[in-house]
Amino acid sequence: MAFTAFSTGAKAVEQAPRKRGWVALLLLAPGIAYMLLFFVAPFIQLAITSLQAPAESGGIGQYVAAMQFSNYWAALQEYWPQLLRSFVYALTATIIGLLISYPLAYLIGVKVRHRPMMQGILLILVVAPFFISFLLRTLAWKSILPSDLIGTHFSVIFGLVYNFIPFMVLPMFASLQALDLRLIEAGSDLYASPVTVFRKVTLPLSMPGVVSGTLLSFIPMSGDYVNASREFLGGTGTTMIGNVIESNFLQTQNYPMAATLSIILMVIILVIVATYVRKSGAEDLL
Amino acid sequence: MKNFSLGKAFVPVVGAIALIYLLLPIAHVIVFSFNDAGRNNIIWRGFTLDNWQNPCGAPQVCTAFGNSILVGVVATVIATVLGTMIAIALVRYRFRGRSTVSLLLFTPMATPEVVLGAGLAAQFLLAGVEKGIGTVILAHTMFCVSYVVVAVKARVASLNPAIEEAGRDLYASPAQVFWRITLPMLTPGIIGAALLSFALSFDDFIITNFNAGTATTFPKFIYVSALKGVPAQANVLASIVFVGALLLVIIVQVININKQKRLSRA
Repeated sequence: MAFTAFSTGAKAVEQAPRKRGWVALLLLAPGIAYMLLFFVAPFIQLAITSLQAPAESGGIGQYVAAMQFSNYWAALQEYWPQLLRSFVYALTATIIGLLISYPLAYLIGVKVRHRPMMQGILLILVVAPFFISFLLRTLAWKSILPSDLIGTHFSVIFGLVYNFIPFMVLPMFASLQALDLRLIEAGSDLYASPVTVFRKVTLPLSMPGVVSGTLLSFIPMSGDYVNASREFLGGTGTTMIGNVIESNFLQTQNYPMAATLSIILMVIILVIVATYVRKSGAEDLL
Repeated sequence: MKNFSLGKAFVPVVGAIALIYLLLPIAHVIVFSFNDAGRNNIIWRGFTLDNWQNPCGAPQVCTAFGNSILVGVVATVIATVLGTMIAIALVRYRFRGRSTVSLLLFTPMATPEVVLGAGLAAQFLLAGVEKGIGTVILAHTMFCVSYVVVAVKARVASLNPAIEEAGRDLYASPAQVFWRITLPMLTPGIIGAALLSFALSFDDFIITNFNAGTATTFPKFIYVSALKGVPAQANVLASIVFVGALLLVIIVQVININKQKRLSRA
């Protein structure tokens, strides 16, 4: 839904930095306090919960503070298939999404650039899904797709790709919209084939959009549990780590297990994202 | 020559397929709002206007819808105020820990919702706070602040400080400069950020599910009733939101295009 964040219409104006530190502090204090209380503290709470041990009473949802690091080993041992599956799904869906989104972003950002009306219509069509409940849309696929496909790896990945295409198209569009078309012309003037021009000029210049688009979809995909849940597009063999965290937290009230898996998920994502960003040479994007 | 034309057709063809992929489920949701479905809105059973005449006919659906609007409005108001203040500070002032603050605001957007939801729920559990609409508002405000900061920051960065300087040269007090120059110039960006924030909150399910307790929002209503069949009235309400938002965006686009045309003529 973050499309306004990617709009490139406005250019940054050189602004002289000011020094009155107390004004900055006054402006920042309430918001930062809020984020410390409702974003940072919950992370710490998650880490503490992940080390808890069952209470002596043994009641459901009863845990006491402990330093039980073995929770991590137990979580990995029990749920590595779901963890692995989440990342395989997310990776596959990201690659398929990229193959679909890039041409669409290219169409809107380059091909129809000089027809503002057409560009406006296409952009509205891309963001239109945001205006209607994503749960209803995902449920709609359940009746559109043939019923023997529902509950398979295919249907879950299909749903993930569908849900996150706009999140890929918009940043890629922003990058391609900013691309100077004269560079493409210069490439073909120098006898480069269309494929070479794409590989050497267009793609490298649109990399910032590709990186943020793929990250913006890969991260939420790997934690998603709507597509893979049985009421939607999933089945018994498609459970993702998000489903496991949900059922441990909300149904069986195994809070330490849910917390441990959340931390593991987050750590794996951080490692993947850091590697990807370094490999793609986009450190300055973050 | 043949290859060349194939290459030319590739982008529009893939683009068209992608758009059909994106829009097909929307058409399905709208069409099935007219389904004479009774309880189970999965198979087409014939056209009816009943659902549209009585959108609150299904139990709970309008309560859930109302809750979503309430949560969206309150979370948006708080997040927009907090986020705008942070955005101004980040662009206009140099201070120690500035990059840490940026990171703190970026990270929620790069954290899977299931982790944010579980963390907050664990926090409320420890603090002994009972989950309900209040905790949903607190949770939504948190992730909306990040998006507001990103959206408003871009707007602040594009402001021309010369206009504010002119105000100061004309003896306006700092407060006058802010209320009469800075804020009005930021307004379009702030409205955009608020709309984004409301849309994010209104459609959020994962974080809500962890923090709502027994309270229901519109997405949670759909998730819970998915098992036994979502009533067609939910399709009606979703379609109304869709058409309304679409009209709003089209109007904004038309105004923008006209403005650009006028500017390019001048």
